[in-house]
Amino acid sequence: MFHIFCPYCQEYREEEEFHPSGQAHLVRPADPASVSDEEWGDYLFFRDNPRGIHHEMWVHRLGCRKFFNITRDTATYEILETYRMGEQPSITAANAEVRREQGVQTADGGWQTVGAQPENSRLNEETPS
Amino acid sequence: MTQSNRLNQGGRIDRSRRLSFTFNGQQYTGFAGDTLASALLANGVDIVNRSFKYSRPRGIAAAGPEEPNAIVQLGASEAAQVPNVRATQQALYDGLVARGTNGWPNVQRDVMSWVGKLGGSFMPPGFYYKTFMAPASMWMTYEKFIRKGAGLGRAPTEADPDIYDHFNQHCDVLVIGAGPAGLAAALSAARAGARVILCDEQEEMGGSLLDSRESIDGAPASAWAEQVVAELSGLANVTLLPRTTANGYHDHNFVTLHERRTEHLADTAAGAGREGEVRARLHRVRAGRVVLASGSHERPLVYANNDVPGNLVAGAVSVYIRRFGVVPGQRLVLSTNNDHAYRAALDWQEAGREVVAVVDSRAKPDGDLVKQARDAGIRVITGSAVMEATGSQRVSGAKVVAIDTERFVVTGKVETLECDTIASSGGYSPVVHLASHTGKRPQWRDDLLGFVPGEVKGMHFAGGVHGVYALGETLTDGADVGAEAVRAAGFEEAAAIAVPEVAVRQESPTSALYQIPHEKPPLRAPKQFVDLQNDVTAAAVELATREGFESIEHVKRYTALGFGTDQGKLGNINGMAIAARCLNRSIPEVGTTVFRPNYTPVSFGAIVGRHCRELFDPERYTALHQWHVENGAEFEDVGQWKRPWYFPQKRRADGQERLETMHEAVARECLAVRRGVGILDASTLGKIDIQGPDAREFLGRVYTNKWAKLAPGRVRYGLMCKDDGMLMDDGTTSCLAENHFLMTTTTGGAAGVLEWLELWHQTEWPELQVYFNSVTDHWATMTVTGPDARKLMSEVTDIDLDREQFKFMDWKEGKVAGVPARVFRISFTGELAFEINVQANYAMHVWKALFAHGEKYDLTPYGTETMHVLRAEKGLIIAGQDTDGSVTPEDLGMHWAVGYDKPFSWIGQRALTRPDTAREDRKQLVGLKPKDPKVVLEEGAQIVLDPEQKIPMTMMGHVTSSYYSPVLESGFALAVLKGGRNRMGETVYLPMSDGSVHQAEVVSTVFIDPKGERQNV
Repeated sequence: MFHIFCPYCQEYREEEEFHPSGQAHLVRPADPASVSDEEWGDYLFFRDNPRGIHHEMWVHRLGCRKFFNITRDTATYEILETYRMGEQPSITAANAEVRREQGVQTADGGWQTVGAQPENSRLNEETPS
Repeated sequence: MTQSNRLNQGGRIDRSRRLSFTFNGQQYTGFAGDTLASALLANGVDIVNRSFKYSRPRGIAAAGPEEPNAIVQLGASEAAQVPNVRATQQALYDGLVARGTNGWPNVQRDVMSWVGKLGGSFMPPGFYYKTFMAPASMWMTYEKFIRKGAGLGRAPTEADPDIYDHFNQHCDVLVIGAGPAGLAAALSAARAGARVILCDEQEEMGGSLLDSRESIDGAPASAWAEQVVAELSGLANVTLLPRTTANGYHDHNFVTLHERRTEHLADTAAGAGREGEVRARLHRVRAGRVVLASGSHERPLVYANNDVPGNLVAGAVSVYIRRFGVVPGQRLVLSTNNDHAYRAALDWQEAGREVVAVVDSRAKPDGDLVKQARDAGIRVITGSAVMEATGSQRVSGAKVVAIDTERFVVTGKVETLECDTIASSGGYSPVVHLASHTGKRPQWRDDLLGFVPGEVKGMHFAGGVHGVYALGETLTDGADVGAEAVRAAGFEEAAAIAVPEVAVRQESPTSALYQIPHEKPPLRAPKQFVDLQNDVTAAAVELATREGFESIEHVKRYTALGFGTDQGKLGNINGMAIAARCLNRSIPEVGTTVFRPNYTPVSFGAIVGRHCRELFDPERYTALHQWHVENGAEFEDVGQWKRPWYFPQKRRADGQERLETMHEAVARECLAVRRGVGILDASTLGKIDIQGPDAREFLGRVYTNKWAKLAPGRVRYGLMCKDDGMLMDDGTTSCLAENHFLMTTTTGGAAGVLEWLELWHQTEWPELQVYFNSVTDHWATMTVTGPDARKLMSEVTDIDLDREQFKFMDWKEGKVAGVPARVFRISFTGELAFEINVQANYAMHVWKALFAHGEKYDLTPYGTETMHVLRAEKGLIIAGQDTDGSVTPEDLGMHWAVGYDKPFSWIGQRALTRPDTAREDRKQLVGLKPKDPKVVLEEGAQIVLDPEQKIPMTMMGHVTSSYYSPVLESGFALAVLKGGRNRMGETVYLPMSDGSVHQAEVVSTVFIDPKGERQNV
């Protein structure tokens, strides 16, 4: 059972509070009417299924109800980082080995680091109430 | 019976507390501190079971969880039956009743033994696959007998009287195993201030220290164990869990521990005088670091007839003598390839019994223990091994011969030594099970002749589990590893603990020895057992390799090596070594199988914990539930909700009073709504409060229809699609204020829809200012519907109910029965209807007020079944019943609820013009009217156009909803049918499984009041 660091609650919580919500970083075409049927079909139905580093969207359903992203190794079940919606992963299939050597793993017995530079700060800001 | 094998002194038992117990119907006595196994051995019980496949007599072979033979069924009463308990792990208590799991009707005279004797050579590996293959339909019959014969324990047929629970635990360091390494590691970690959990599966902590011949700081090793346990139990940051097996190691250092809390005292907690306490507890531990100090299991040697009672693992002999004061025989022959096993011979001799010989496969053993044995006058035969045991019910002798392990042949003449016990030791296998539960393969080490754990993140290894065996080194290793773990868990100052003083022993190296060559070829020699629990022989492993099973995983599955509750504790390495020899490869080349949780069997009770009976799954009740119960409602589960299904009334017929059938009740409820007035508890409908300046824009994007102009006070029905254009949910949404809406969802879809809204807001349109909150439980909803609804409502509300003032699809705020309410003029029945929403805690008051005023209108409560009939008569769909994730709004004929010209490309819009969603011949929603009005079509029935067509027929669609309508006095149905809207008036056929065929006419989905006048009065 996973131990997941919620990047919004800033705490490790048990997997039972979360559930996965599919592949992360899917981009819905901005103007659906202008894309071909095939492109729309790709957006709707085609997903990656890598062995190794994968980016997934999860939701803290029984917690803060926020969606966020996880970088996970599908072969070892290791969660390498969690990051907020709108941020980009600091660990990717291309740089995973390097990042591991740089000590991304935390020394406090934890399993994840909270990564990432906001790609788009807009997504990260609370909307004014 | 006397305890003939019990010594007068020694052991960690309490001779002043005599316990009586029953095994296989016979009464015995033992002492407090015994295990069932040690008590049986003390009483000289040789045969405890019959073997799995060959039905051979079997005795106790080991002293711990690796015991393959002494598997018992426990429990004096039916309700307290526990299957597959190892006698070596079961503490003795007064009144314990156990039977050998196998060997029905009794172990001494077994009706299955003819199979073993006659069928033995006819039962090669794969026997079941080869024999019971055909016909497939007979498998269930075969299986019944195989199971009975196979000696798997049986589950009780009565409910378990005990309770169980779960603890969620967190700690910095979890230490698994309280032997020398585990105790030292726990002490190290605890002194640094970390939260430590130390668990151990035995009755008493100390592991091998409890039967050690060695001294620590000049005192017996067991004294050091007691002293450390005492210190740890005084520390607030340490939790000690004896009788607790770490059974599963899962991802991210999640470990499941199975703690037995009353099982060592009596059959049930109540029987132990601990009524109301839990019998067993499952600890779900999330550990910062795990220190695995699970030690090692001694491997027996594989020689002929090594399963006859009286064949034991060498270490077990020492355990029984030193911990329990039991010598399991008179005359011992020890067969070994290592020094450590010599302690069995020394212990045996010191207990006053005869050691016939130690047979050592090594040419020139000269370690300290070997010298001690020689000095004690024990005969040591070198370069040799026990080739075969003689005897059938008990060992009567050992055939000893010189062997050449390189060429795998015997080289000398066979000498038969008279004895009743053969102890063997083939070295030690680290208990790597937990380290491989997450998929990490163990690594072979030639210097240790064993597998050690592969690297597991977050786990540290201490002591025997990674091949550190000598006591002094184990203590040092444990202390170091404990310190390392606690540092890794973030503790800076791990105070070094003083490692106690232990004399260093000189040991001569262990030789590699697994199977002993026999003078006859392997397939001719008497059986040499590799896996005693599953009855797998060396010949079977050899045969499997010959038949082409080269992968060890295939060998395992073909022979059953290491299967079941055993999980390869004793036999795995020997099996791999034999496979390697047959395949002419090395053991690491052959590799190892993967161990899986659980390490030892866990009772279902512990797994389930409190999640049983009424706590199995939460039940949700509406605020009116008590009224429904009192008024005799039958309930239906809708998600977790209990909803009234129908309200059967008493009726008199033929001078007898009886309850209505469901059919009668539903007909009465339907007619009441169509002719008078009915009331439904609709509180379970999902309700989501939506607020924010962009709420309206957001609704326009998630619903298919338009929301830009919906004024406060108005209500609109909306369809929600996924982005593939398929209907997902539907419901009404009301405009409460310019920036404030109330959305309703289907009962089952409430949580999913809320998450769906959050998903789109958080991931795609975070710039929209909109907020969602579930208010399902906050509001109770009552639907008052029927021609008399207005008359009834006018008596209880201050809201102007005039049809011009309060139009269909309006909502008004006011008072109902004196409490604040929102009333919605929406209809799910096709009749005039008012949906009253009040705060849930006012619901009962309002409901009762309605009935007080409703009596003169014969106000009739109705349930979900009537609701379904009424809505289906109007062709109103239920998302999830009439749709299944492959139905578009167009398929439902609901293009009126689709706003193609909205400025924003709403969810699902683009997909509706994909070629597949735009097909003409998609399945479309239609009505079906059976030609025979008495027929109610089966929901799910397939529709065909030609009932004469050969099977497989061309299936055109299926029935989604079907009921009997008391108004139409006929069955009727909704269905999806290919190109259905162009088939109006056609006849279709519905073949049933009994061979009959129903006929139905394709009609409109609206069966009653097609113009919608009745709801608009």
